[in-house]
Amino acid sequence: MALIEHLTQEYLRTKKLPHIWCPGCGNGIVTAALIRAIERTGYDQRDVVIVSGIGCSSRAAGYLNFNTLHTTHGRALAFATGLKMARPELKLFVIMGDGDCSAIGGNHFIHAARRNIDLNAVIINNHIYGMTGGQHSPLTPTGMKATTAPRGTLERPFDLLVLARGAGATFAARGIAAQPRQLEQLIVRGATHKGFSVVEALSPCPIAYGRRNKLGGAVEMLRSMKDSSISVERAAETEDAELKDKTITGVIYSFDAPEYAEEYYRSISDNKG
Amino acid sequence: MPFELISGSQAVAIAVQRVGVDLVAAYPITPQTAIVETLASIDAKGELGGEFVSVESEYAALAFCKGAAAAGARVFTATSSHGLAYMHEMIHWCSGARLPIVMVNVNRAIGAPWCLDPDQGDSLSQRDTGWLQIYCSSAQEVFDTVLQAFALSEELLLPSMVIYDGFYISHTYEAVDVPEKQIVRRFIGPPVFPAQVKPGSLGNLHGLTTSETQLGLIRRRHEDMLRAPALFDQINDRFAQIFGRRYKVIDSVIPPGSKTVILTVGATAETVRWCLPKLKDIGLIQLRMFRPFPAERLGSLLKAHEVERVVVIDRNCSVGMGGIFAQELRAAIYGMTNPPAVDDLILAGGVDLTVKMLENMLDSRSAESRVGQKWGTDLQ
Ligand code: SF4
Repeated sequence: MALIEHLTQEYLRTKKLPHIWCPGCGNGIVTAALIRAIERTGYDQRDVVIVSGIGCSSRAAGYLNFNTLHTTHGRALAFATGLKMARPELKLFVIMGDGDCSAIGGNHFIHAARRNIDLNAVIINNHIYGMTGGQHSPLTPTGMKATTAPRGTLERPFDLLVLARGAGATFAARGIAAQPRQLEQLIVRGATHKGFSVVEALSPCPIAYGRRNKLGGAVEMLRSMKDSSISVERAAETEDAELKDKTITGVIYSFDAPEYAEEYYRSISDNKG
Repeated sequence: MPFELISGSQAVAIAVQRVGVDLVAAYPITPQTAIVETLASIDAKGELGGEFVSVESEYAALAFCKGAAAAGARVFTATSSHGLAYMHEMIHWCSGARLPIVMVNVNRAIGAPWCLDPDQGDSLSQRDTGWLQIYCSSAQEVFDTVLQAFALSEELLLPSMVIYDGFYISHTYEAVDVPEKQIVRRFIGPPVFPAQVKPGSLGNLHGLTTSETQLGLIRRRHEDMLRAPALFDQINDRFAQIFGRRYKVIDSVIPPGSKTVILTVGATAETVRWCLPKLKDIGLIQLRMFRPFPAERLGSLLKAHEVERVVVIDRNCSVGMGGIFAQELRAAIYGMTNPPAVDDLILAGGVDLTVKMLENMLDSRSAESRVGQKWGTDLQ
């Protein structure tokens, strides 16, 4: 209890509460995991910046008691890139939703990955545009219904982490709201990784997604999320056929490559010399 | 007549279905979303009669429309606020390309910070892009104007923006006369404008040109757009014969002897209309068409009624200058003999107009003192 109190008092703008999220929304679970992860990194609160775009998930920035920046739809990574270049000592966490990050902001996503700039992207993937009432996003699985796809979307979703890999990201992990401790650890690992890190957090949106697709309430959605996930370690020992329709969680890849802001400042000081 | 209880945004979607479009491409944004959702559900029932594509951004939405319209398709999109701002480059491009695209913009404030209320700064920032702009004040007017916008655009080969206030009109339910498709088809048939891209042709569109050629093209666009008010009247003659109602470029209620009129657009005009019986000797001018700006008609109207003072209500503000409708009015009456004084009530941010605010504004001028600009929140 004491810990929860401490985290709440330190890291939440309690005056802004209650939050706007629907009952059963996973955004709160992911936000809590982020708070615990930041606490575990030991970063000075004043050095941490949270940047968010637009959507239900992006409202988190308003509740978090760090330097916070609520930016325009899809552009959070572009704002964060500017911030990191000007003040590379800051620790940046960029909270985005699936629509925000992979549709309108897709361009910024691939270029942040390509530069390998030290930003920590936390993408809350609920497979839908929640705030505007349930339109399909580039991460809505084929066949699932949305207000803009009443008969089920025909489009194929991105695999966000494969996309990031292709674009040059050096760290990617996937967690689920149903396993908040693991999610917290993954965010810590992403934060301590030097370079662009992507943590995809699958999260239930029982209102704009679950209801239309008859996935049950929050509890059922969390349960099926858990039942259909498998850790990357166990997946390595499992037959491919069994992995079909499974969500693989854990660190999917992590390797070192030059980090952009550091390279940039080095090239400036080399030129001065 | 089949009346239905629908919101302004549902009225748009049904109007688009009635007109019959080949393509709708759109991206969700509050408060436009209901338009796209209603169109998607019409499409799901197989009743849209064209393609419905939900795309990855507003920019993509208008680019899809641009491509399809160049192939001769009748297209539609809708957006609001930041979505419209994001389309800006394409908005210019569609006008330059002379494509009769119809887009609805639901007025909403532009950040920072985030605000959802119906400031008109989004559509007014697109004032100079070469699109017709028509501001609507009720769900019925929205429905009818969408039908008329296709007719206007396809005749002039210029795109049209149909604009109304977020929430006050987009989310409010009204009884709307929704004529059946066959009746609407008597007003507007299938598209007949020429395709710029055709199978088997080898043309190159929009290549690099000289400033002189560009001037000629801009001039032609400008002159064509100036035909819009007269064409609007003709279209409304035809519209009235079929539907029994008509609209004017500028609507006015000026009681005999009124020396003060309130000039405004959209939902605010409805509020003023409702207040008129409470206000003594005050008239109303509702500007429906804003681009092209009906300067001559406005001047003649003010002159005919010997108006001495115009109070403009601007739910917008061009920072560094003031309300945009007031600026345009001042420019339009420059050089007029005995021009009326123009005072400006600024409700930027989408502030709602109250009777008290209006009364205070009307009381605020004595014969010798100029009022100029007032901020709505100071008059509450
Ligand atoms: S709409 Fe969905 S994502 Fe948005 S707050 Fe509600 S449950 Fe959460």
